[in-house]
Parts: sequence; structure tokens; C-alpha cells
Amino acid sequence: MMDRRSFMKLTALGGGAVFISGLYGHAQAAAAGKAAAPYEDFYFVQLSDVHWGFSGAANPDALNTFRKTVATVNALEVQPDFIIFTGDLTHTTDDPKERRQRMAEFKDIAAGLQVKTVRFIPGEHDASLDNGAAFKENFGPSNYTFEHKGVHFIALDNVSDPGARIGDSQLEWLKNDLDKQAKDARIVVFTHRPLFDLVPKWDWATRDGDKAIALLMPYSNVNVFYGHIHQEHHHMTGQISHHAAKSLIFPLPAPGSQEKRTPLPWDPATPNKGLGFREVEAESGNQEYKLTEFPVTRT
Amino acid sequence: MDRARRQLCARLACGFGALLTGAAIDAQGVKEVATKERIIAIEARKFVYTPNEIILKKDEPVLLAFTAVDFIHGFFIPDMKIRADLKPGQVTEVRLTPGKAGEYAFLCDNFCGSGHEEMNGKIIVTE
Repeated sequence: MMDRRSFMKLTALGGGAVFISGLYGHAQAAAAGKAAAPYEDFYFVQLSDVHWGFSGAANPDALNTFRKTVATVNALEVQPDFIIFTGDLTHTTDDPKERRQRMAEFKDIAAGLQVKTVRFIPGEHDASLDNGAAFKENFGPSNYTFEHKGVHFIALDNVSDPGARIGDSQLEWLKNDLDKQAKDARIVVFTHRPLFDLVPKWDWATRDGDKAIALLMPYSNVNVFYGHIHQEHHHMTGQISHHAAKSLIFPLPAPGSQEKRTPLPWDPATPNKGLGFREVEAESGNQEYKLTEFPVTRT
Repeated sequence: MDRARRQLCARLACGFGALLTGAAIDAQGVKEVATKERIIAIEARKFVYTPNEIILKKDEPVLLAFTAVDFIHGFFIPDMKIRADLKPGQVTEVRLTPGKAGEYAFLCDNFCGSGHEEMNGKIIVTE
């Protein structure tokens, strides 16, 4: 069977823009004279901000966008090792019964993914009105860690507190987990909101995100993948890279580009414009991640 | 009339609301001034502040007296680094004295539901 790297060599990266992440960490490790162990070759897919249950002019095709995306992911020539949904699986509702109904429908559609290792973290639309209760019933813990082929993954919950706090208890849990990691360990963090102050006036921040970044800062190879802002975005805090994903419901304006963060209007001439998902590829032999952006549907 | 509203009205009626002396919050763009202050009552309700546009004069000490009616809304002025939780059933006081003219966005930073993203406003500070 063709492996991922062989496949990439034979194609022209049919998705779109490619972003290489981890360069700074690589340079820093090299400068320190450390030769970090190579990755095993693998990739995962990041899906974000599905907002299942949303209805409005910002996406008249809302009932179909997620299903189309599942079909596109299933059609990838080489299937990912796993898929991560970085929050806002559902659109918020005040009705707890309706919230659970939306989560059940979301799960039904997600079950159509060929890849069966699918992980989830909540967004504020899923979790902030009930402190994560419905999310945990349906998807399990809202923060957790796992290992995959030499990479240590950490899922952080910065939404179950409606005030967008990670909270002291979870920060202590994060500290204890990081204490077990080598300083040059490959660490990938999944979270919903940006951990740094991207645009506080648009609520694009985590109130105590600076504490999480401080805990991560001693580690030379940290990449954060998040959602919330409904667009691709890349940012560095020190050597830590932060990568926001596109949404699967409607795009939002560029950070701070206008007074209010109103959704960009749906364009019937270019449906699904600004929406999509991402592949994150870890290649053996280096510490870089290759990020490739894909649209909802591919022609 | 709920308790919070009664509290606010009582304060306004007994003269507390007319003029106050107090220390302003010391924050970016905000001077620490001890002087008379104007009271501005603001209601926070899903998903709007009333009023949501507040016009102040530079160096004018004000007391923002919030009444939240249906949720622990947040009040956050990022550019002044001022924030408060607005608990229903009580009046939440936020004092400030803007030291610089300009527009300052504020928002609810406690996720409160389907219109949360639209719950915001601005303070306009004139010379």
C-alpha cells in the first residue's frame, strides 16, 4: 500500500495552501545540539466549527455542508491516522434536550467517516451553557492526552467555563502532564479558543491562556491547533506555533478587520467559499509539520 | 420589580446616584482620580446592553451601574483592561475615568447563548 509520503510526492497537493510548521522548534533543537528522534510518518485531519443545528443566511446549505465534508475526507486517497474535531460541533441552544439532539445528529453524520479513530473537544457552543455536561455524555472527557507515533497530544478545554477559563484545576493537570515530558518532546495541543489574545474585543482569547502558554514555553517543540475563529490563521508565541482552522459553517472576518465579528456573507456564486478542513502531516526525519488546506468539496 | 432593580432605584433616589466621590480604576487609559462621578445605569440582558453606546468626556469620572436580568453576563473593555461579572440580583458597579479620547469597544465575555457574539457596545470618549 502506498504510504502517505509516497502519495504526496506523486500528487500536486490537491488541497491548496501548504504551511510548514515547527521550523522554529527545529532550529532551536539544532542550536542546542540535540538530535531529536524522528517522527514516524503519519498525518491527521483537523475538522472544526461544524455548528450542527445552525440555520441562517450565512450558510443556506447548512444541512449539507458537514455531510459533503465527510464525503470529501472519505475520498482522500490515503486515509489519516485519526481525525480531530476542535470544537463547536453543534450550534448553541438554550434547550438541553435540543442540545443533545443536535449532538446525536452530529454523531450520526460523523459515524460516516471511514477513519474510526475520531477525537473531539468542545467549543463554547457545545459546552458553555451546561459546563460541558452534554458534551461529556456524548463524547467523553473534555480534556485528555494520548500518544501517537512519537507525538504527545494534549486536548485542553477552554470552553466549559462560560468565562473562557481553562481553570486552575486543569492547569495543574496540564503541569503534571508536562512534567513527565522531555523538554524536546513533540507536543501537539488541541484546543478551541486561541490560547493567546488574538482579538479580545471579539472574544477571541482565553482568559487564562497565558498561564497555559507559560507552562508550555519551556518545551521546544509545541504546536497548537485550534478553531473558534472560522479561518486559517498562524501565529507564534515564542517558539510555540498556533494554527487556527477554517470552519464548516461560515467564515468570519480577518482578525480585527472590522468593528464586529459578523459572518462573511454567503456567496451563491461560490458556495462554501472560506470553508474547509486541514491535513497535518508529520514526516519522518524532521520535526516539521506540513499543513494542507482542503475545501469542502474537491473537483 | 426585581431586587437588583430595587437596589439601583433606592440608590438613585437617596441621592447616592446624583454625585459620588470615589477612586477610579487604575488601568490603561484610565486615570486614578478622586472626584465627583456621574452614574450611568446599564441593563445587561440576552443579548444586549441598554444602552450599548455610552458617551463620556475625557477625565470624567463615571460609575457604571449594571443590572443583569437573566445570566451572569460579563462586561469587558479590552483596551482599558477593565472587566466584571454581572450577577443577576445585584447591582455591579464599575468605576472609570477615561484619560484618553477615542472609542472603546466592550463586550460580554461570558458565553450566554445564541446571540452572545452580538452582545457588545462601545464607549465614546470625547475631548
